Amino acid sequence: MLDVVLLSRLQFAVASLFHFLFVPLTLGLSILTAIFETLYVKTGDEDYLRAAKFWGKLFLINFALGVVTGITLEFQFGTNWSKYSMYVGDIFGSLLAIEATLAFFLESTFIAVWHFGWNRLSPKLHALSIWLVAIASNISALWILLANGWMQHPVGYTIRNGRAELTSFLEVVTNPFGWMEFIHTVSGAYILAGFFVLGISAWHLRRKREVTFFKKCFKVAAVWTLIFALFEVFNGHLHGSEVAKAQPTKLAAMESLWETKQGAPMYLLVIPDEEHERNKLELFPIPGMLSLLAYHDPGATVKGLKEWPEEERPPVALTFWSFRLMVGLGFLFAALSLWVFWKRNNPEESPWLLRILPWVIPLPYLACELGWMVAEVGRQPWIVYGLMKTSKAVSPIAPAQVGISLLAFILVYTLLGLVDFYLLFKFARKGPGAKKTLAAPSSINA
Amino acid sequence: MEQNIFQIIWFVLWGVLWAVYFMLDGFDFGLGMLLPFIAKNDVDRRIIYNAAGPFWDGNEVWLITAGGATFAAFPKTYAVMFSALYTPLLLILFALILRGVAFEFRAKEESPVWKGIWDLCLVVGSFLPALLFGVAFANFFQGLPIDWQGIMHGNTLSLLNPYGLLGGLLFVVMFIVHGALWLTIKSNGALKRRAKKVAESFWVIEMLLVIIFLVATGFFTDLWVNFFRYKWLLIIPALALLGFVAIPGFLAYGSYWKAWFSSALAILMTTAFGVAGLFPRLIPSSLNPDWSLTIYNSSSSPLTLKIMTAVALIFVPIVILYQLWTYKTFSEKVKPEFLETEEAY
Ligand code: HDD
Ligand code: HEM
Ligand code: HEM
Repeated sequence: MLDVVLLSRLQFAVASLFHFLFVPLTLGLSILTAIFETLYVKTGDEDYLRAAKFWGKLFLINFALGVVTGITLEFQFGTNWSKYSMYVGDIFGSLLAIEATLAFFLESTFIAVWHFGWNRLSPKLHALSIWLVAIASNISALWILLANGWMQHPVGYTIRNGRAELTSFLEVVTNPFGWMEFIHTVSGAYILAGFFVLGISAWHLRRKREVTFFKKCFKVAAVWTLIFALFEVFNGHLHGSEVAKAQPTKLAAMESLWETKQGAPMYLLVIPDEEHERNKLELFPIPGMLSLLAYHDPGATVKGLKEWPEEERPPVALTFWSFRLMVGLGFLFAALSLWVFWKRNNPEESPWLLRILPWVIPLPYLACELGWMVAEVGRQPWIVYGLMKTSKAVSPIAPAQVGISLLAFILVYTLLGLVDFYLLFKFARKGPGAKKTLAAPSSINA
Repeated sequence: MEQNIFQIIWFVLWGVLWAVYFMLDGFDFGLGMLLPFIAKNDVDRRIIYNAAGPFWDGNEVWLITAGGATFAAFPKTYAVMFSALYTPLLLILFALILRGVAFEFRAKEESPVWKGIWDLCLVVGSFLPALLFGVAFANFFQGLPIDWQGIMHGNTLSLLNPYGLLGGLLFVVMFIVHGALWLTIKSNGALKRRAKKVAESFWVIEMLLVIIFLVATGFFTDLWVNFFRYKWLLIIPALALLGFVAIPGFLAYGSYWKAWFSSALAILMTTAFGVAGLFPRLIPSSLNPDWSLTIYNSSSSPLTLKIMTAVALIFVPIVILYQLWTYKTFSEKVKPEFLETEEAY
């Protein structure tokens, strides 16, 4: 019999992983669109205007699902995690409310201004509106990740009146864990948007369509992607050290480290065996590497999973594989972005690069989802690390209610996801409007 | 828990956020519900979509903020409100999802089947939230069967009691009138004339429902108690009635904006009526008055309330300013020429 806890976890995982299929592109492509439009305002080059319109259109299609899937998340803390909400609402709720007040209003209001304002605003004001959208969506990311960061590493609170109460707002908003999550997550989102632009541009360039136009887009995205792909490896490593300090069980699960070790090595090839509390395979050790990465000291002691009773350990294999794959992809993106940067001025002369890039588009999506698996599954069994167990957090509702809503989520989200990606494909392939007919009427059918 | 002024401030803000939400998204819902009845062809339909186009998303954020503010200021109420109303709330959320994507997706393909699907989503996605918000709020006014732990005793169907349904019906009709009035502002010609007619005829039903609702409230709830204890509060239902009554007058003189503002005032004040009647409770318990969730037993700590007050006092006025600016920027009618641009829905 499936219980409410498991069903609610599944539902939250479905809803948030799905939301996060749309979030990163919003975060990154809003800025890239704003950059294109600013280049247009600065240079008067019509290609940049077309770029802003073309990428902006894809942005809007993506944005629609980002918005509607976010609302269900906002209310799910109340519907499915009511005990959690009562226990930590004093701190966590305020971060969500601040996010809505500071970011969502700005985002949704100005995206409409941008969308409908082409003929009503001056070019500068119009460009400003997309910048406001970009800034707002990134502010929203900051607040939600401070909220999540607090669940990962609670600070600035005391237990009073049977719940966590705020003692220092400053500590909550300067929580290093939340800031690391923010930096890492938005950089990942920028990589995703970068490869999105590169991939679609490459697809057109290989077919010799709109070559000048897509070369310009390619060039901007090449520089952008290089910066964040390199930065991501670096800040991901710092993020790992933060995890080592704040969440030793997660770190041990990420590396599938069972025994506590001084000067812990990192094995390049590991296959965890959760049932027997060991690894089936450990090959190619780099001595002291894990200690070095986690604590910046090759001799440091890293605690193994056996230090904790079984019920306090997260699922190891899932955390471990998600982490490995994300890191692997991170290095792949860094390498690819170097190649792209090197060819940024004449990509049309590298058929292989052009052939590969469209296929790279899904990979950053995968990396982002995997990252969340590491962060959230690795945090288990805690909903607030060290403070509240996930199993104690759920609402007193009937399993059938959650079962039905979970099925509804899967059904509705699958259908809408398919439609949305179909439209993204359709308009990505169509390319930008031709130069002169840009403002020409599209057919209305009565 | 100790009592403080911030609990009262947040109670007021809580009411304001919901009231503004209903006032704004109400006309979007109304437009959506009217779509199949008032549009004669695709141009009409697109005018309806574009009449809500630049606004619906910004309007919806008032709901998110109302939810977020409930969470931040009254976490226990947030937890009980949404877990007790699990099924209706999820229905509302799914409906809002369908409505939201309908706007974005509909114009992206030419096939009539495609458009028909999204039109259906818009209609359902507008009708269900209108109805269910009404049902939910009427049930709050009446009290939910919650025990001392905030656990709901009773199922979803028990929400569909006579008073709950009356609330649902009232919201639906109120929003239809509100949406029709918005359409008189945003359209021209035959569509506008039809919108005006709808507003006039539904106004009669609206008035009837309002009177039945105010009387029923006396029988099914104790909301009126506050109004007789603090007589000055009676200004709220008086303003609501004034708003309702003024609508047909302004319509007759062709003052469409004024008619819409009257309707807006009426919706604001109707919500405020319920909220003021609840004070200091947020959700009364119908099992035992002592188990009601009040601003005193469900609020956040004074520190959190203080910080949230500062945030709200600084940022909500800014939000209102820039949203007013967008309403002004996009106040023109939806003209057929606009439908020919590629940004039109
Ligand atoms: C790192 C970024 C990030 C993360 C982790 C989340 N979101 Fe999100 N959210 C965004 C970044 C974002 C965004 C980029 O700002 C979105 C995406 C598309 C959009 O419109 O804004 C958004 C939209 C969005 C909306 C709709 C806003 C609107 O109508 O404009 C809501 C209510 C939420 N989110 C709520 C949540 C909740 C409760 C989350 C946690 C479980 C969450 N989001 C995770
Ligand atoms: C959008 C990015 C996010 C993704 C992809 C994500 C992913 C997940 C996943 C996979 C789970 C299930 C873990 C498990 O049960 O084993 C989960 C649970 C959860 N996450 Fe997240 N998460 C995201 C953001 C957040 C944020 C920002 C918060 C809080 C602000 C949050 C709060 C929770 C809660 C309350 C649960 C349920 C309890 C639990 O199972 O731990 N999540 N999330
Ligand atoms: C070598 C490269 C990388 C390293 C060392 C790294 C490291 C980490 C670590 C340690 C976490 C877990 C943090 C936690 O538990 O809260 C994490 C999470 C995450 N990673 Fe990575 N990562 C890398 C590459 C990437 C890439 C390329 C992406 C996306 C394009 C990505 C996206 C994410 C996301 C979305 C999360 C979850 C949110 C968060 O906790 O910040 N990562 N990463």
